Amino acid sequence: MDEEVKLLGSWLSPMSRRVEVGLKLKGVSFEFSDLDVFFSKPPELLQYNPVHKKIPVLIHHGKPIAESLIILEYIDETWADSGIRLLPKDPYERAMARFWAKFFDDKCSLPLWMSCWTEGDKQQQILAESKLNLTTMEGALKGKKFFGGDEIGIVDIIVFCSVYWAEIAQEVVGVNVINEEKHPVLCKWMKETVDSNVLKDYMPPREKLFCHFQTYKDAIAALMTARFGSN
Amino acid sequence: MATKQDVKVLGWSASPFVARVRIALNLKGIEYEFLNEDLGRKSDLLLKSNPVYKKVPVLIHGEKPVCESLLIVQYIDEVWAASGLPILPADAYDRAVARFWAAYIDDKLPNQAPVLLGEADEPTKAEATQHMFAALQQLEEVFEKCSEGKSFFGGNTIGYVDITLGSYLGWMKAMEKIAGIKLLDEEKIPQLVKWAERFCSSDAVKEVIPQVDQFVEFSKVLQAAFKAAASPSN
Repeated sequence: MDEEVKLLGSWLSPMSRRVEVGLKLKGVSFEFSDLDVFFSKPPELLQYNPVHKKIPVLIHHGKPIAESLIILEYIDETWADSGIRLLPKDPYERAMARFWAKFFDDKCSLPLWMSCWTEGDKQQQILAESKLNLTTMEGALKGKKFFGGDEIGIVDIIVFCSVYWAEIAQEVVGVNVINEEKHPVLCKWMKETVDSNVLKDYMPPREKLFCHFQTYKDAIAALMTARFGSN
Repeated sequence: MATKQDVKVLGWSASPFVARVRIALNLKGIEYEFLNEDLGRKSDLLLKSNPVYKKVPVLIHGEKPVCESLLIVQYIDEVWAASGLPILPADAYDRAVARFWAAYIDDKLPNQAPVLLGEADEPTKAEATQHMFAALQQLEEVFEKCSEGKSFFGGNTIGYVDITLGSYLGWMKAMEKIAGIKLLDEEKIPQLVKWAERFCSSDAVKEVIPQVDQFVEFSKVLQAAFKAAASPSN
């Protein structure tokens, strides 16, 4: 049966990458529509996500689903018998996975990213916030190999994408957001995840992303400031 | 079978987030012990159970804490799937839609509370009212589509989006009184106004959401809570 799975996303977005990874880990075939969303709002986006006008959007049997965490849960439920479990089976463990996924998205992912693209006092403030919140995030690892336990799960996927992006951006802009001294537990987890070979092959090539950030450094910084403000 | 001692809810009665948890437990017919938190002085149990956010609500089920109101509602729905009626839809796509609108509600509504339940100048209040109203108009359209002519967003019975939005009705009525505005306007959002009446009068809800006057009394406490929540040292 032609499942008709389409993903509206962007190779440049870690949020979009999360969903790609989720689909691939489930062995789901899909059509990827790589949209330019940074400097425009393509018509497909306005059609399929009129409320937020953002990627990623998953379209299954013609019906759109937006918001990356919501999409990942949908993928996990719809293709429950394929590939790995994105969320644990036990309700308490599921609640904990959702908690940490939400914490990461609410408190870590933006400061982590913005600390690469701001300057001066604002950057120092965001770096401090990023450090504090990532340290809290490390508590979720609590002696486990992965956030998901012995196997990777939804939290590993979302954190890995953001950290992969941030590590490349920090090299381009010359700021140190994540290092072993500040985040030993996170760096150890990152190494475990890379060594396990489950996720790293699904990331965009390092050089390609590096080159993009290098070329568009000023434009990205300006866009981030405009979008997320100087509050 | 859970006994009352097995299930505790840490909260305070004027919080919409706490209301959600209580409504969900009521829908499932689950008995629980309600532990009222003093906002001015957080209990050791709260600090131990929710060390990350130090906020209510917390559900403690057999000693294990679950935090964040919507996550708690989903947990309740999953753990007690065999009790009462389902809170989230059965179909995966419908579930995704419900989660989407719940996230939308939490993105748009609570931000206006510090202004509309507190003290602010007229232009600030007017802007906050506009934001509230735009969200409510969007939700009126959502109700029309999701309910398919039935009583609730969830269909014939209260569901996830009903709980998420309905839990704010106490605050909305208080905002109308404190800020002197009309939000639940039968001319502009007629379906939501009728839905609100059905929601508030349902058995699972009516004992949970306090009356407007209690919210107005609480408003000073709420204002202090908003200020504390906004401060970086939380």
